[in-house]
Amino acid sequence: MNALIVNAAAAESTKVGDPLINMLIFGLFVGVTLVVVLRASRNNRTAADYYAGGRSFSGGQNGTAIAGDYLSAASFLGIVGAIAINGYDGFLYSIGFLVAWLVALLLVAELLRNTGKFTMADVLSFRLKQRPVRIAAATSTLAVCLFYLLAQMAGAGGLVSLLLGIDDKVGQSVVITVVGALMILYVLVGGMKGTTWVQIIKAGLLITGAFIMTIWVLAMYGFNFSALLGDAVASAGTEAILNPGLQYGANATTKLDFLSLGLALVLGTAGLPHVLMRFYTVPTAKEARRSVVWAIWLIGGFYLFTLVLGYGAGALIGADRIKAAPGGVNSAAPLLAFELGGPLLLGVISAVAFATILAVVAGLTITAAASFAHDIYANVIAKGKTSPKQEVKVARRTVVVIGILAIIGGIGAQGQNVAFLVALAFAVAASANLPTIIYSLFWKNFSTQGAVWSMYGGLAAALVLIVFSPVMSGNPTAMIPDANFAIFPLKNPGIISIPLAFFLGWLGTVLDKRVEDPIKQAEMEVRSLTGVGAEKAVEH
Amino acid sequence: MGSTPSPDVRPEVPPGSPGAQAAHVPTAEDFRETQASPEFRELRRTHRGFVFPMTVVFLVWYFVYVILAAYFPEFMSIRLWGYINVGLVLGLLQFVSTFAITAAYVHFANKKLDPKATAIRLRLEAAQEGDAQ
Repeated sequence: MNALIVNAAAAESTKVGDPLINMLIFGLFVGVTLVVVLRASRNNRTAADYYAGGRSFSGGQNGTAIAGDYLSAASFLGIVGAIAINGYDGFLYSIGFLVAWLVALLLVAELLRNTGKFTMADVLSFRLKQRPVRIAAATSTLAVCLFYLLAQMAGAGGLVSLLLGIDDKVGQSVVITVVGALMILYVLVGGMKGTTWVQIIKAGLLITGAFIMTIWVLAMYGFNFSALLGDAVASAGTEAILNPGLQYGANATTKLDFLSLGLALVLGTAGLPHVLMRFYTVPTAKEARRSVVWAIWLIGGFYLFTLVLGYGAGALIGADRIKAAPGGVNSAAPLLAFELGGPLLLGVISAVAFATILAVVAGLTITAAASFAHDIYANVIAKGKTSPKQEVKVARRTVVVIGILAIIGGIGAQGQNVAFLVALAFAVAASANLPTIIYSLFWKNFSTQGAVWSMYGGLAAALVLIVFSPVMSGNPTAMIPDANFAIFPLKNPGIISIPLAFFLGWLGTVLDKRVEDPIKQAEMEVRSLTGVGAEKAVEH
Repeated sequence: MGSTPSPDVRPEVPPGSPGAQAAHVPTAEDFRETQASPEFRELRRTHRGFVFPMTVVFLVWYFVYVILAAYFPEFMSIRLWGYINVGLVLGLLQFVSTFAITAAYVHFANKKLDPKATAIRLRLEAAQEGDAQ
């Protein structure tokens, strides 16, 4: 009974926000970005233009776009909500997401920029046998993009019910279709250049919006963070929200699960194909370095804001109201925006959340399309006997296909619990991609067999473990709650699949009877460290 | 900037195909010689001498933190002042260390890596222009 009353009151309080204002502000964002995308698309002539924005972005621009690509709705709404409800354990997420960038900065970004062209597979197949390595790399690229994409599109449905007050399935499906169609338009017309500008604008809005709210919340407590925490404790009625363990501390399994998640988060980022592809949009390795530095400052700053916003939502709104609102945990940030600045700020934050989905989805789609057209079509099917023009044509068609698949998947996934897909994408990236990237950049003897074993082994291990994990079956919150084949106790496969993929890469290499071409190895190593012969920026 | 190539003559070939090496990129022999040269080995040693230990440091520090959070919540819950506890301070220190390592790497790369890398690159590119004539 009590829960029902809370539910009704909370639903009312979200409805106070005016869906019309939300839609107007979002429409404004769409209008502005569309103009920018159209302007940016005028120079889309070559494959380097389409896939890599002509390699003409500065480190600062690209770093902002990386932040725009990386800070998905899950990290904005999800982390604020997780901190509001689970307190400290929500904060742990953001730390993994941030520290992960050091792997990209120190080990991957510059060397990748110096040796690759458009996709992750360019680097992995540089000195190994093209065909098998490219197919494997494209497979894991497409898998990661697909999981991430589905999670984002399904999230869009939830966001609609929360922000626009559209609760029925048809209405939500319409909005998912609109989001998908807009994304197809952006990527089709604007290519990487248009996508990058959408991400830059979105990152600017998101970080500015979060910053304003953070200052606002802190100002309410006289810029005394301890006082804010005290109020959050008073509101929660327990000090446990300040301590680790609320979400992951229950028993030995959940603790191990948390370690597994931490491993996937910290090693996954530098293996995410849409993040890797962003390093090709700058003219030099030095700019790639600058991009990561910008990204680290922006992303780090943003996660500090979410800490304040999360505890702020806990203090000012309270966990009960957040959980009862439509959208549940994800509603913490929008509810806080409404509490602070009324319908207008809620409108801005809602529009930012939509823009977030749009920008992330666009980045994933162009990555998947580039991988299909460049790796599978041009290098495997046509065996390099194709023109860049034809390749871009294939890429554009792939964009439409992926866009439609994403819309269908997003509609189908409505109401399903697919939050695990983001964690799965990180686990696959960390198991299938990162070991091979590290080995091929740093281990002279690394061989084709090692690469193929590591990539397929890591991918298969992550997928199989997820299927037999509690996220798929065996409990009420699982995807298939009525069945029970959850024989693997952890929700995150990383702790098994990541070491396994590293091991398989080593084993495949030492057992390989073929010896790789030492000249290609010399070329790759010299190029990766010096930038000789790296792809240049397109000059118009 | 004097001789900007027109967009039409830009090479559009996959890396590693023979066309990519015609007159634009040093020869296989150049790469082998460079890889064996003391200058390059010094560059590689300098690079790895920084990034490998640093990676170990930040990964160990991150996992110490994660393990403390998962298995020693009592320690993390010790209040230091007001409502600020050990866990929060250690978490914020993760941010500080990430920012500090980033700054340190940029400083190191600008000072120690870039000059060496540029010298080798310029020499290779000069050699190749000489060959072409």
